[in-house]
This record gives sequence, structure tokens and C-alpha cells, in this order.
Amino acid sequence: MLTEFEKQIVRELQNGLPLVSRPYQVIAERLGLSEEELMNKIKEFLDRGLMRRFGAAVRHQDLGYVANAMVVWEIPEDQILIVGQKMASFTEVSHCYQRPTYPDWPYNLFTMVHGQTKEECLAAAKRLSEATGMKKYKLMFSTAELKKSSMKYFV
Amino acid sequence: MLLDQLDKKLLNLIQSDFPITAKPYQELAEKLATTEEDIINRIGRLQEQGVIRRLGGIFDSRSLGYTGTLCAMKVPPERISEVAAVINKYPGITHNYLREHNYNMWFTLLADSEENISDILNEIKTKTGIRQLINLPAQNIFKIKVNFDTEV
Repeated sequence: MLTEFEKQIVRELQNGLPLVSRPYQVIAERLGLSEEELMNKIKEFLDRGLMRRFGAAVRHQDLGYVANAMVVWEIPEDQILIVGQKMASFTEVSHCYQRPTYPDWPYNLFTMVHGQTKEECLAAAKRLSEATGMKKYKLMFSTAELKKSSMKYFV
Repeated sequence: MLLDQLDKKLLNLIQSDFPITAKPYQELAEKLATTEEDIINRIGRLQEQGVIRRLGGIFDSRSLGYTGTLCAMKVPPERISEVAAVINKYPGITHNYLREHNYNMWFTLLADSEENISDILNEIKTKTGIRQLINLPAQNIFKIKVNFDTEV
């Protein structure tokens, strides 16, 4: 899927853009490309979906999104597709996934809910519950961040 | 930390519309009615303050051929920092949070194959001696909000 050279480009682009007037020129030189070729390659990566976006990754906790809750749900297997799609349509939900269950873990649908306060998260979960008729759920607030980092690919 | 209005406008702009042009900082400066030097200094300061974690490509791990999972582990409270140190050492562990549940440690793991995921999880169990670890790979993805960078 990716050529060795494309992997090399990924390695360079994940290291961050230099804070100089012509940053693409600096990276292009390391790769043996022209500035224009590199910029075209970045656009191509975006078109191919290899890159979700190009720009800044910020810490949202610092920007007022202080509360986030993982809301986990027990959904009957035959309703999970319809309920998952419905919950995904809410703007307060940033992620929505079906995941497997275990004997001591009955929850099969995961939604990440964001808000300015814990109360906002609780209210959002209640709205999701009322909209879908699903009553078995649990909010799990994070109490500490032990690691948050960007993945280094192809290292 | 204190962010002024221009910092906030700049952050909004560079999260979604970072220019892919020869002089991107100059282009941002023109949009925000300031100088290229001011933009470069501000981005540098926001990086130092940790507001900007990274400026560059935000990749789609699946499209690059990586596979990811979410795991939860029951860690005795007195062993949290020691166990976190073992887990966080793996470069493929991108997030690790404590949450209020008896499965209290929640981490995401990325690797280039299912086999590597399974090897790393087995290593974690062996090194920590904790067997209560559940692997929760996504079976259906209903939503990943693209411009909200949590990279799970």
C-alpha cells in the first residue's frame, strides 16, 4: 500500500513542521524532493485518506473541554446497528464504537461524550438514553491522564 | 495559561486550515492581520506551553496499515504508577487514562499487525503479573469525529 519512500515522507511529516519561513522547503530537502513536490504529496496523502488532516493537534482540556466521559452501554445485539448510528448523530458524541463483551464486562457500545462540565456529560448521556430507549449505561470519567502522545509510524 | 484573542483565532485556523503553500506562516499572518514573525513566535510559544501538541500530519492509522485496540486492566491502586510505567514504555500505547471502575486503567494500543498487538498484551500480562486485562477492539465504528483530535 505505501512505498518505502512514502513511509519516509510519513516519518518526516509526523515530526512536526519547522518554524521557519519556508518549512516545506526544509523537509523537502531532507527527502530529496522539491518544495512543490512535497506539497503535492501532502495533498495527495489527504486525498487518499492516509492523513486525516494537516495542521495542529491541540490539547482540548486546556481549551475549556474539561470534562469527557466514556459512556458505555449494554445494547441488545439485534439493536446495536440502529442504536449505534443514532447515538453517533449527536454532536456531543465524538466517538462511537461497538466492542466485544466479557463475562465481567457486559457493555458493548462505547460513546465518548464531551462537555464543559461533568453535569453536561451526564445530561448528554441522559439525552442519548432517552432518544434510544437504552437504559443500561455507565459514565466513566477519567481521573488521571497517564499518557497522551502521538503515534510514531514506521519507526 | 493565558491565550489572547489572536492566539485563539490562530488555533482555530491551524487545526483545520493550515496552509499548504510555500510560506504558510506568512499566509496566516495576512489572514490575521499580523506579521509572519508574530505567527511563528506565537506557534512556538503555544508549543512550549503544551497547548499545541504537534504541528504536522495527523495520520489515519488504519489507512497506513496499522491496527488499534482499546484495553482495560484491573490494577491495584498501590501499583498504578509502576504498572503505568511498564505499559507506557511501548511506543504503540498512545493514550492511558485512569477511570472510575474496577477496570481502572484504560489504554489504546496501535501496532502494524494483530499478531504484534497480541504479543504486546501478553508481554504486559507477564511483566506486571496482572491477568485481568480485556482487549476491546472496535467491531463497528459508527463515528470518529475528524476535527476533534483524540486519536483513539
